Amino acid sequence: FFYVSASPGAQPFLEQIENSAEALQDYGISVVKVNCPKEDVSRYCGKENALRKAYLFRGNMLIREFPTDALFDVNSVVANVLFALLFNEVKYVETLADLQNIENALKGRSNMVFAYVPATGTAEHRAVMEAAFVYGTVHQFVLTTEATLLRDTGNDEPDVSSARLLFCHCQRATDLAQPCRRTAMGQPLTMLNIHRHLKLMGAPLVTEVAEDPEKVSTVHLQLGLPLVFILSQKETYEADRRTAEFVAWQLLGKAGVALLSRDLVDLNILLRSNVALKTPDEGVPVKYLVLEDTDEVITLVEDKSKVGQIQEDDEEDEEDEDEKENNNQDIQDDQVVEAVSRDKKRELPLEQILVLTEETFHSALLETARTVVLFYASWEAVSLAVLRSYTEVADHLKGTQGVLLARVNCWDWPGLCTKENVTQFPTIRIYEKGERWVMYDGMWGTEELTSFIMLSRVSCPLKLATIEEAEGYLRGEFPSELSSYHHASVLGVFSTAMNEAREAFEEAGNILSGHVTTGMYFEDDALALSRKYMVSPPALLLARSGGRSVEGIALSKQSAQDMVRMIRYELLDIFPEITVQNLPRYLQLRKPFLILFSDGDIGEMESKEMLKLAKGRPRQAFVACWLNLKKTPVGYGVLKVYFATVPSLPLLLWVNLHAGGQVFKFPSEQTITEMNILSWLEKLKAGLEIPSSTLSEEDWKPPLPAYDFLQMMETAVPEVPLHTSHRRGDTPAPESPGGDTTVQREPSQETKAEKGGTPGRDLRGTVPRLAAREKQGKRHSEL
Amino acid sequence: LSLALYTGSLCVASSAAFLYHDYCVIGAGPSGLQAAYFLQQAGRDYVVFERSHAPGSFFALYPRHRKLISINKQYTGKCNSEFNLRHDWNSLLSHDHRLLFRHYSRDFFPNADAMVHYLEDFASLLKLQVQYNTAIIHVTLEKDEQAWNGHYFLLTDQDRHNYKCSSLLVATGMWVPNVVNFPGSEYVEGYETVSINPEDFAGQTVLILGRGNSAFETAENILGVTNFIHMVSRSRVRLSWATHYVGDLRAINNGLLDTYQLKSLDGLLEGDLEDLAIVKDKKGKLHITLRFYLENRNTSAGIDSITLPQDELDNFATRAPYDRVIRCLGWKFDFSIYNRSLRLMPGKGNKKKYPQIKPSYESRGTRGLFILGTASHSVDFRKSAGGFIHGFRYTTRAVHRLLENRHHGVPWPSTVYPITQLTNSIIKRVNEASGLYQMFSVLADIILLRENATAFEYLEEYPVGVLAELEMQTGRKAPNGLFVVIMEYGRNFSGADKDVFYYNRAVGEAQHAWQSNFLHPVIYYYKHLPTEREMKLRPPDWPLPRPDAVHHIVEDFLTDWTAPNAHILPLRRFLENCLSTDLRNFFAESCFFFAFTRQKLPPFCRQGYVGMQGLVGSEGLRRHAVEAGLLEDYTARDFSGDRTPDSHDGSQNQLLRDHAIPVRPLQHLVNAKDE
Repeated sequence: FFYVSASPGAQPFLEQIENSAEALQDYGISVVKVNCPKEDVSRYCGKENALRKAYLFRGNMLIREFPTDALFDVNSVVANVLFALLFNEVKYVETLADLQNIENALKGRSNMVFAYVPATGTAEHRAVMEAAFVYGTVHQFVLTTEATLLRDTGNDEPDVSSARLLFCHCQRATDLAQPCRRTAMGQPLTMLNIHRHLKLMGAPLVTEVAEDPEKVSTVHLQLGLPLVFILSQKETYEADRRTAEFVAWQLLGKAGVALLSRDLVDLNILLRSNVALKTPDEGVPVKYLVLEDTDEVITLVEDKSKVGQIQEDDEEDEEDEDEKENNNQDIQDDQVVEAVSRDKKRELPLEQILVLTEETFHSALLETARTVVLFYASWEAVSLAVLRSYTEVADHLKGTQGVLLARVNCWDWPGLCTKENVTQFPTIRIYEKGERWVMYDGMWGTEELTSFIMLSRVSCPLKLATIEEAEGYLRGEFPSELSSYHHASVLGVFSTAMNEAREAFEEAGNILSGHVTTGMYFEDDALALSRKYMVSPPALLLARSGGRSVEGIALSKQSAQDMVRMIRYELLDIFPEITVQNLPRYLQLRKPFLILFSDGDIGEMESKEMLKLAKGRPRQAFVACWLNLKKTPVGYGVLKVYFATVPSLPLLLWVNLHAGGQVFKFPSEQTITEMNILSWLEKLKAGLEIPSSTLSEEDWKPPLPAYDFLQMMETAVPEVPLHTSHRRGDTPAPESPGGDTTVQREPSQETKAEKGGTPGRDLRGTVPRLAAREKQGKRHSEL
Repeated sequence: LSLALYTGSLCVASSAAFLYHDYCVIGAGPSGLQAAYFLQQAGRDYVVFERSHAPGSFFALYPRHRKLISINKQYTGKCNSEFNLRHDWNSLLSHDHRLLFRHYSRDFFPNADAMVHYLEDFASLLKLQVQYNTAIIHVTLEKDEQAWNGHYFLLTDQDRHNYKCSSLLVATGMWVPNVVNFPGSEYVEGYETVSINPEDFAGQTVLILGRGNSAFETAENILGVTNFIHMVSRSRVRLSWATHYVGDLRAINNGLLDTYQLKSLDGLLEGDLEDLAIVKDKKGKLHITLRFYLENRNTSAGIDSITLPQDELDNFATRAPYDRVIRCLGWKFDFSIYNRSLRLMPGKGNKKKYPQIKPSYESRGTRGLFILGTASHSVDFRKSAGGFIHGFRYTTRAVHRLLENRHHGVPWPSTVYPITQLTNSIIKRVNEASGLYQMFSVLADIILLRENATAFEYLEEYPVGVLAELEMQTGRKAPNGLFVVIMEYGRNFSGADKDVFYYNRAVGEAQHAWQSNFLHPVIYYYKHLPTEREMKLRPPDWPLPRPDAVHHIVEDFLTDWTAPNAHILPLRRFLENCLSTDLRNFFAESCFFFAFTRQKLPPFCRQGYVGMQGLVGSEGLRRHAVEAGLLEDYTARDFSGDRTPDSHDGSQNQLLRDHAIPVRPLQHLVNAKDE
């Protein structure tokens, strides 16, 4: 560069060219500045114009002159200088024809590096030139700044503002008519990246290996890229080789591909595995996978985060593949629903049960003293299960006077059910002539419901007129309609003045209607009755099993609710036999169970000892009970869970149902006596015994997963911007809710997605299940 | 100046004689009466103003050819009254069974007179407060801090009577005919007045402007007697069976399409009416030309100097002269009576005929002003049924519920159920609810979960567009997540150019339910109530923002979603996975078993069995469950050396064992797949 010391305009340029000196030195180029004496009018100093130029010489030959404004920084200096020097190595093209000519000339001979830079003198331009300096003798470099050319080279939507570099595999190309295969460099154009890219392009497409993948190292791994192994065996070698090449082309520049012959290497891996992945990271073991098509291999590399996921899924698949087949989500696992649907073809004997409709409902209720109404929905399994029991009840009650069994299908008459405030299915109510009704709140079983209907026929509480009636009532002989019916009776004894207590008792009786019969006696001679049973009014007399035992209970609390609670509690047996039906009543006490499992009735001795224990101890502490395995065979299931096999019977257990869930077994060598049990219980309390079992604390989670439609939608229709709301920052509302978007929507996104899966790309057939997974969305054709 | 004087005089009169009502309803058409019904039921102070002497004055005149295109289905094979409303497009909602439209007409497409009669009965039988012969000609606001909405609505009728209301429900419908002005538009007859006697068209050539149902209805009427009919409109014909939108061309009216496509002289053309011009020649024939030619001619010359398109393009489509041109361009909302202060603005684009409202049907400009009925259709224009009786009867109810909550502290009606009823409640509603069905993608049932998912609260038919405001609008709280039950067509199924008869269009399997095309229930699950922002940023043509999980119940040919395995089971799995619990039903015996072997019980046992409502089940059912491998049969156990000698028992066991071949251990049932 020639300059006149006085010219200030040259100063910025001087700085830049001085800065470039070091960079240019690497390429054997020296920077010289010549201070032109004022009087010098030689070739370079003289002309006014010349001072705005820099000159490039080789030896004493002038190669090129540059206007100084083209050399605005180090990058532009280096780029332009190298561009001038590497005139043969880097061809500049402007038209597609030029490019094709070069390409055709290279076919079968050498490869081409095609670079597009938006402008010369940029950092990218410099990087390309620097690379050309190194590789210019190996590959033909072609440079352009024409955006149209980039478009013509098959880039659909090129971003013309950023530079791009394509490696064109012309050396392998044989067909003159076809353009060379291209591999675009994904990274930004820097010297290092270009170097790396060219290095990768130079590496063999598929490496064949015959050693443990852990030991293999290729250029890819050295450059920090993963290496994919396609596992091959002799029989499928040809197909595997093709697959490997196909994958390699897809992954060129992103990962290496190696073909590993399993026959030559003794690998301790699953036979089904067909792909292995080795990452450049130190110490990460090679992962073996079972993939189904080449797309998966590619996603595997492109989205490394998925590796773990696919792997996990796979492991799971391996473990419970068989189970999964049987354990499908679409198989019914609800015992009630399944039982009902298996029973649906059987015609139910419903002729005893009157069908009520919106029109007939009210008139029908007036016709009989008591109408039992089952509200149900004909599609709902629990209702239908109850309907079956209901037909059995109808059979039991056939011919009973004053009771009519009816049903309302809420699926037919939603208005009626809403009006009657029936919000749950099933619901059973007993309507008494007129307006009053009682809701059935007991077990949905034939026996329980029958008994409830029978007991609620008698008004509750029943007002007893004479002392004889009261005695008969306690014996279960009065009222006569219940005499053949086993039931407990509660008799309230009041003196005439005790209005408040009497009213409360009446209310309590109402609430308990159907569960227990209640009667009340408040005649003048009530005292005689109370004296006989040694209670003072107000009091209750509780008669069980036909009046053989009558208990007197003083009424201290006066509210109806308290009375209900008390009566319910008093009705519990001291040493009950636990059944499926009565367990809930004892569960409500929320106490540990001391339970004697017996195959059949319990022995007299055990019974006596247990009863003594139950009576002797304060009843608050635990529930003493027994279970007849003959009557309640599910008890076997319970024992099996506790002990795996059924131990010898009878068997006494302490079960902490509500706290901790420990199960303790009374030593079988000891006899069941009150004393033995008490001392055992002491030891339990002291923590000296080891529980035989502990009840599972597990939560009731969903038995099986649901169909993940959200994920299916995302996979099938990735264009659907499901995530927008989360990802996008401050973009405005995409569409007003009422916008007329439906009309102009893109052609079916679904079909697009379907087309996405190009056929013939799946991995070779050695992978089992390959075909099995190909299940397309089955659609109903015709019917 | 005259306007200023006019408004001035009004102000003077204002303080004098205002009749006050909490609610004023303008218009005693279907939506006005529907609103009146709900207000009356709730015991509110309201009045309906009707300019005519009877309700439904629009129907007294329209449709001109008297055939309603809303279906009146007499039979569905079901007696479920709620379900039947899905196929009754004319009745309004009421408790009175006499007021079902099928009692008024036996025609599938009833005569409009039946509607007039029906609306009269609806108003009189229910004793609705309608003030007839009262045309509201001006509506303005009076600011008042005390008022419900910070202002009162002041209404003036034709006799200068004044009314004052706290809340204004506009149910005036769409009755102002759309007209286009172009040179020669004076020769155009309007749908409102055109003859409906086919005789009058005998041997004539007719051009119809417009492509809606009124245009086709007009064409249908004269199809047999005209030389030919041409129809011109800017947009392509949209067939309602392809778009699933009842406002598009209904098959009952499309006779002209048949004759067009079967080369019978009639025809359809697309073109912008704004560019047209009509020229009448000396014989009284009407020629179509372009506005462009008229603007360029020298004004002095006569009719013959006007360039006709065929002068330059001798095969111009509408070169044949017409005897008549009829305008059938539909109607728009009457904006004229509202003072500027109400800021009742027309919508944008193809919704400019409607006033701008929020998805809550409240005006965007004025709080307390709600648009009801067909004028509220901008919320779901060309999507759902909100512009039609069978749609807006539900949206009107929704507006009423919003108002009850806002002004009277009556929260949105809801029912609380135990969680075991969750699957049932959804199945019940998707099978019978008519509001969800008619107002698909607009009204949704909302299920608000209670803490720990032990119970839930069920709200029906809430406008889904204001989901984010749910707590404020309903007075119900949603702190523990919610389900939104809605009905949708397949996303790419409906549209003017879509083939809706393509082979394999129906999805049959539950696992592909999300691809269902026909109307089917969709349940969205949100852990938190979506925010206003999320609602705004939802994907286009999604009614709701991205949920935490979504479930589609597979489309059903009979719209009967009660199949245990295809419909209920996948729904249950979805609900279970959202709530992370087990929603199966169990027989009492299983609950007994769980009570003794597990510290926790599944919800069904907890809420049923433990509360002494266990499902004992009949012996037959028990056996079925055992056969299915879902219940273990312990009576069939064989304990060596422990057998009872009871021969009867033994043989029974044997029998059961033979029956119960695929006995799988109960563990299968118990094994809750955790991770």
